[in-house]
Amino acid sequence: MMVVRTPSPRPDGERVGVRASAPLRRRHSLAMSLFLIIPLTLSLSPLARGEGTFPARIAISGDSIPDSLTGVAGDPVRGRAIVMDRQVGLCLLCHSGPFPETRFQGNLAPDLAGAGARWSEGQLRLRMVDASRFNPDTIMPSYYRIDGLQHVAKAYAGKPLLEAQEIEDIVAFLTTLKTTAAK
Amino acid sequence: MIFRVCLAVLAILTASQLQAGEIAPEQRRSAYDTMSAGTRAMQDDDMANPATLWVLDGEALWSQPAGATQKSCADCHGDAKISMKGRAARYPQFDATTGGVVDLEQQINYCRRERQKATPLAFESHELLALSAWVSLQSRGARIEASTDPAAQKAIEAGRRLFTERRGQLNLSCAQCHDDNWGRSLAGATIPQGHPNGYPLYRLEWQSLGSMRRRLRNCLSGMRAELWPQDAPEYDDLEIYLMSRASSLTMESPAVRP
Ligand code: HEC
Ligand code: HEC
Repeated sequence: MMVVRTPSPRPDGERVGVRASAPLRRRHSLAMSLFLIIPLTLSLSPLARGEGTFPARIAISGDSIPDSLTGVAGDPVRGRAIVMDRQVGLCLLCHSGPFPETRFQGNLAPDLAGAGARWSEGQLRLRMVDASRFNPDTIMPSYYRIDGLQHVAKAYAGKPLLEAQEIEDIVAFLTTLKTTAAK
Repeated sequence: MIFRVCLAVLAILTASQLQAGEIAPEQRRSAYDTMSAGTRAMQDDDMANPATLWVLDGEALWSQPAGATQKSCADCHGDAKISMKGRAARYPQFDATTGGVVDLEQQINYCRRERQKATPLAFESHELLALSAWVSLQSRGARIEASTDPAAQKAIEAGRRLFTERRGQLNLSCAQCHDDNWGRSLAGATIPQGHPNGYPLYRLEWQSLGSMRRRLRNCLSGMRAELWPQDAPEYDDLEIYLMSRASSLTMESPAVRP
């Protein structure tokens, strides 16, 4: 039985390279996580056999996850907010995108504009869940994979970076990004 | 001609000691190079550099008797401007007595404990930062030389391993940011090469002087990685590796960073 801990505030509340302050908003889902946290090695697709441990059962088909992780439709407005949040989504540390309201965007990764034209919903879902599947050397974190990590801070140990519904919200937002950034 | 061949051989030898992904000496840059004009001006002018407050306190502490022996640093070392010149550019060092690596702050505490018979100063305390700022100032402009001490090589190797190993919930290594992506923008902040040539330094973000160790803890918590205890040898290994990785750069301590 794994114990799920709510992240405690960091010992020194300072801005760091990648900012990682306590996402206390997760408290509401503590009870739910207690049920979801039991890791299941996925074995549903030949491609995925033995590759990756996720907090819940996931059906991978080819290079995508066709079905919603939760069965609940994602909310693109919430998804956009998570992508922009530097403590939660962390996306803009590395990516830029159509976010005129903030100057604080990264350039370590492709611009997110047009992601919804380049990839289907299912492809985006698998890229969020486990980007390392496509490029083992990638710096993009696998947002819903909980194995293969080392020396994780106690507050985050055993937890995916995002919860299933947050990933659904992000995917719903990314599919709306149909136009590629003007060069 | 022979001279040219020698140079070429030397270049190949030096290059072969670099591991894949490491920054070649001629490409090494201090974070100073990418700072805004305002932040640079702050570092360049001691009257504007907030670290000067610590330096002045350190200078006073240098000649203040302490501990059971009531000796001051100056009683053993004399004028710091002479005896400490260039010294900080060669720390951390391998210390034969303890069989481990000591950084400048640990060396200061070693002197306090053994020679002054005084209680060691706490990590990040004002006094320890003040003394290390005062001593480090005497190395401004000194060139960092990689340690050739064979005993230090093991620690440098251990540091290199820590630097290239992925860790934390974000599954990143130090090298992925500082070797592979320096100069790029992480949420608007320029990723520096990650050199230790300015420490201890005044960080506008901290609104304080801080040690190398504090910086390392910041990067580790950004990666959502486990923090080693303040006195863990992992920091020493990383610090001595970072110094060897920065060799040929000049010391700027106490620097200013955003
Ligand atoms: C630490 C860096 C980093 C973070 C954080 C990050 N990514 Fe990425 N991402 C990358 C890189 C690099 C790529 C390029 C492909 C690769 O290397 O895997 C990428 C690729 C992508 C792609 C496919 C690229 C395309 O063609 O459009 C999408 C979509 C994406 N990321 C979305 C996100 C979202 C959404 C988040 C946050 C929830 C995020 N990323 C967080 C580094 C990052
Ligand atoms: C995701 C990117 C990232 C990772 C991973 C990372 N750092 Fe950093 N590091 C930064 C950024 C960005 C800065 C500049 C400070 C800032 O703007 O927050 C920095 C600053 C530094 C500095 C100070 C340079 C100066 O001139 O003051 C050192 C040294 C350093 N990092 C070492 C490390 C080490 C060692 C590790 C691994 C334990 C590491 N970093 C991991 C992004 C990173």
